[in-house]
Amino acid sequence: MSLNKKLVDMDYLLNEAPREKHFITGAQAMSEAVKRASVDMAIAYPITPQSEVMHLVGDIYAQGHIKEYYRAEEELGTMSAIAGAARGGVRLFTATSGPGLLRGLEAIVSWPGHRVPCVLGVLTRVINAPLSIQPDNIEMAYLMHSGMVMLHAENQQDTFDFTLAAFAITEKVDVYIPVSVSTEGFFVTHAKGYVEMMSEELAFTEPDPYHAPVPAMDNEVPPARIQRDAPVQKSNFMSYLIHSVWQQEIWDSNRRAMKYVYQYIDGPLEVQNPGSDVMIVASGCAAAQAREAHRYAQEEGISVGFVKVKCIRPWPKDEIREALATAKTVIVPEHNIIGWLCKEVKAAIPNSGIVVEGPRVYGGMTLPVELIMTEIYDALGMDSLVLQA
Amino acid sequence: MSKKITVGPVGYMPQSAPSMGVELSPEGQALLYGNVVSEDEAMRDAAKAMLTMQNPTIFPGPQVLWDWRDDVADKSAAILDLASEIPNCKIIPMPDYRPKYPKIDVKAEINPNHPNLTILDNKIKACIFIGVHCHYANLSLRMIRAGTDCYTIAMCAMMGHEEAMASIRDVHADDIRRFKDVLVEVRNELGIEHTPTMPPENPSLPEEDWGSLTPADYGEYRSLIMSRKGEHVADVE
Repeated sequence: MSLNKKLVDMDYLLNEAPREKHFITGAQAMSEAVKRASVDMAIAYPITPQSEVMHLVGDIYAQGHIKEYYRAEEELGTMSAIAGAARGGVRLFTATSGPGLLRGLEAIVSWPGHRVPCVLGVLTRVINAPLSIQPDNIEMAYLMHSGMVMLHAENQQDTFDFTLAAFAITEKVDVYIPVSVSTEGFFVTHAKGYVEMMSEELAFTEPDPYHAPVPAMDNEVPPARIQRDAPVQKSNFMSYLIHSVWQQEIWDSNRRAMKYVYQYIDGPLEVQNPGSDVMIVASGCAAAQAREAHRYAQEEGISVGFVKVKCIRPWPKDEIREALATAKTVIVPEHNIIGWLCKEVKAAIPNSGIVVEGPRVYGGMTLPVELIMTEIYDALGMDSLVLQA
Repeated sequence: MSKKITVGPVGYMPQSAPSMGVELSPEGQALLYGNVVSEDEAMRDAAKAMLTMQNPTIFPGPQVLWDWRDDVADKSAAILDLASEIPNCKIIPMPDYRPKYPKIDVKAEINPNHPNLTILDNKIKACIFIGVHCHYANLSLRMIRAGTDCYTIAMCAMMGHEEAMASIRDVHADDIRRFKDVLVEVRNELGIEHTPTMPPENPSLPEEDWGSLTPADYGEYRSLIMSRKGEHVADVE
């Protein structure tokens, strides 16, 4: 780095380095993490006004925290450029949301197969017509089958910690696929919260592109003939079997990431009150509201459990099954209309009939805690209040 | 020991070892048939396979075929020493990862896009992968397990490979020499008499005249030519 930072490993950076409390937005939290990640290159088409992240990353580039930054012409170009730069062996960051994410999706879903290590910030935004700039995390459903590792941040602190952790996870030799860090636009990106951060004089150790499961495209170090990607397109000279085992390898790499999820973000789940009859399972911003519902219930003397899902891929199926083993009702509040988390939870447990499909809000609606409380009262056969729009 | 990963052929559509619950071994240990064991146990089983199965072959990959790092020459010399201690051992390189057009020369090389062809044509029943980038080693090892009855050994400089029957991790020159010592010990226990012999020349590779090499010889890849023969790039901009 040009700023002569002290380079340290991620275990020290996340778990041992002294921290100070700051009051910042989620967008600032993500860019502050990037500031400490020894990022070589950022490329983006900043999708205003959903998130300021890439504007702020532009600022920290100007301050010298990033070696290179450029604004692409649109998202497909951005995401293709990320893939190209990754082949050169540099550490990369980009961020987008909603419509921009979908525009770049063709390139994004090719990243895991091309073994592209990078970190993608997803600051969620409505994608359905009618067009809206409001938060709604339906776009995450499109990433769930891409093969990438997916972390979902509840708040500004998570956004900071998960983004840093993502840089370590993505470059592990047995992973080496992209990691996305999602959080809700506006609710987290534009709102301020307390974030404990280590000194910006510290930064993550620089990447070693030769400590990788695929060769870096380095034309100055032989042999360039071992290049890895373009010939893959000539599939008539390859067996179909390699396409099959290659796809397996993507998901195996995804599976191997779980041990690093435990190492860097303390596991894929946070569980409060395990063993309760009623459990609330939520991720991202909905987890913040679910946490409040859990607190309300405690104040009312109602025993309710809370499961926050931090990691969407690899999907913590075993951990979910264990956390919900004795539940009689499972409530899954979400910020999207299709209920992608609900579908995953139902598929993970043997008794999916206990899962309440909601409450769900979308199109930019907020998620009042009372909506979750209503489901809790219903599950327990108690009188409930009904919110009027 | 129950074998999670066995010598193939396991069939048309192989299940990946990680999806069967096999996890990479921790530092200082190895994998044998998908189980975490001591390095010595894995080395002994691997050595026995290379000594007793037909047409034992070492497949060196790009990372040990080119002198691109300070430690490579020593490592490659150790591989040759190892080969010399294995009766009838061949060396067939995996020089790169491109599919071969129009057809691979299976006597000359192995390729990750269809590794089974080289294994089957040469009737190889035991092999060692070394110096192959992990992604391509995983693909190759799984395809070999799918379609052949070859015992696979991964000697990996990094974290190892779930797909191999024996996987030894963090392998550098000294570890290869240690494996050679184990192999000689097992060979003596088995009563196999052998005088160290270098493997035969690769019969299908044409004589290469590096002195008259020009960029045109690289065809469509000429723009990717990097350092000249003998030039060692120690620093880049």
